[in-house]
Amino acid sequence: MSVTSQPALAPVKDLGVAARLGRRRKRVDLIIRSLSLAATGIGLVLLASILITLFVKGFGAMNLSVFTEVTRPPGSDGGLLNAIIGSLIQVALATLVGTPIGMLVGTFLAEYSRGSRFGEVVRFVSDILLSAPSILIGLFVYQLLVLPFGGFSGWAGVAALAIIIIPIVVRTTEDMLSLVPNTLREAVIGLGAPKWKMIVLVSWRSAISGIITGVLLGIARIAGETAPLLFTSLGNNAFSTDLSAPMPSLPITIYSYAGSPFQDWIELAWAGALIITLAVLLLNIGARSLLRSGK
Amino acid sequence: MSQATTMITSARPAARRGGNLGDALFAGACQAAGAFVLLLLGGIIVELFLGGLPAFRAFGLPFLWSTEWDPVTEVFGAGVSIYGTVVTAVLAILLAVPLAFGVAFTLTELAPPWLRRPVGTAVELLAAVPSIIYGMWGFFLIAPLMAQYVQPALIDSLGELPGIGFLFQGPPFGTGILTAALILAIMILPFIAATMRDVFEQVPPVFKESAYGLGATTWEVMRGVVLPYTRISVAGGIMLGLGRALGETMAVTFVIGNANRITTTLFGPGNTIASVVALEFGESETGSLKLSALLALGFILFVLSFIVLATSRFLLRSRLKA
Repeated sequence: MSVTSQPALAPVKDLGVAARLGRRRKRVDLIIRSLSLAATGIGLVLLASILITLFVKGFGAMNLSVFTEVTRPPGSDGGLLNAIIGSLIQVALATLVGTPIGMLVGTFLAEYSRGSRFGEVVRFVSDILLSAPSILIGLFVYQLLVLPFGGFSGWAGVAALAIIIIPIVVRTTEDMLSLVPNTLREAVIGLGAPKWKMIVLVSWRSAISGIITGVLLGIARIAGETAPLLFTSLGNNAFSTDLSAPMPSLPITIYSYAGSPFQDWIELAWAGALIITLAVLLLNIGARSLLRSGK
Repeated sequence: MSQATTMITSARPAARRGGNLGDALFAGACQAAGAFVLLLLGGIIVELFLGGLPAFRAFGLPFLWSTEWDPVTEVFGAGVSIYGTVVTAVLAILLAVPLAFGVAFTLTELAPPWLRRPVGTAVELLAAVPSIIYGMWGFFLIAPLMAQYVQPALIDSLGELPGIGFLFQGPPFGTGILTAALILAIMILPFIAATMRDVFEQVPPVFKESAYGLGATTWEVMRGVVLPYTRISVAGGIMLGLGRALGETMAVTFVIGNANRITTTLFGPGNTIASVVALEFGESETGSLKLSALLALGFILFVLSFIVLATSRFLLRSRLKA
């Protein structure tokens, strides 16, 4: 280990040399500490810059018709109502589908598969899915559900988002269940309860705030997903609650509007961006404070 | 193990059968869910490969490095997009790692304890901002700044240098490889910083205290004790960031310029696998060779990110077990 720089290890006779060395070490320390603080400052400035840009441009474009009108051709005062509703439906259904599956997998990893080979593989695969590019999940669902069933549909969007939320719920469920003390489990089993009752009534209940945190973080993640929806629910300019037809969503609408040459569409895109970012950040902050109060 | 459990359960009185049935059902459901996750990953690999098969058949191995992409003559190659994907991701890592280290150093050693949680949360919120927001922010705010200030300054200062000057030449459009790498760097910064902070915090305080006791400065403790102790996990965190950068779609699509050519200058436009798939997908017909080429690109991206993410997880395994 090179805690001190090389020359300092040799006995230094000359006090002047020692003092110079000491000053040099302090200087290096000071420079790196300042650079690190600057790096943190840059991180904070970037977050602030994103938020300020969104607030300035988003609030400028915000008015009631954003929430009451559907998307319209440029120049005719449209809103984002159908996109917002479409996003809500798809995210809600994906959460309803993905959460139980994710919880079961997390429970399997924490309660059933300790040390087993199969459990190791499932954990590895789930972690890969957690970070896998979401665009590929979109392509997969396109191949699986869109091509064979004759077209883009809300259901395909729901499937893609559900696949994205599953590994998030798996990770938090397993982490939270492994924090539950074993003595608690032993006490329940000792009372003669079957294992499934122990898991449902004790393990899940002790870990519930953590699991809800994971689900909220998952919702925040899929609410902003754009790429997988490009190949699944595609988008729709009319108001539609029919899940077997192409379905509008906020991220897709933002994407197509922001890239358009029409000023009013770009403004609507900023309004949508503000809505989605506020929702995502509030979900995140809410989830974090829930976890902290649960501890 | 399983045999022993069956023996015990079968030895139980008949009255407990309700619990046994419940147990069997619940365990079965959990196991089935686990198997389902494996099926998902397997399904992704198989579907992407089968979808890309016509393109792989038509172009063979040269598909990987051919730089042609011509929908009219139906000649497709992945060369440019693979190049763009790797170059933007690696540049993003080069930009993000020093920043992430600074953030992690600040959060574990420098900042006063009351400041650590709010600053840490703020940096983590950067990771929560959706990719499309980064795209809009990058396109409407960062790209004009790059075109007006950063790129001209780089052209004047670094563009003349022998050896690396060619990287910083050409017209400053604002969008391009460098801008995409910059946005990617900002997006992966919180992932790397959070991993680094978590592993730095796992260094036993005794080690650091003994170094401080010898008169080491804060930086010397970091370089001599904390970094050697955590270097494998730090590498894992960096790989995790790299994995994220490879597959990032929306943000890159907005700012990379979207041109199918390889330029020597970092200011030039390019594309990545993800951006090509996102942009060209809408213009390809069902069953066409182009669609198959896009799925083949998806398969290549999957293989790339699988290797990187698996490496990351391998490097981080000690942290996972702790």
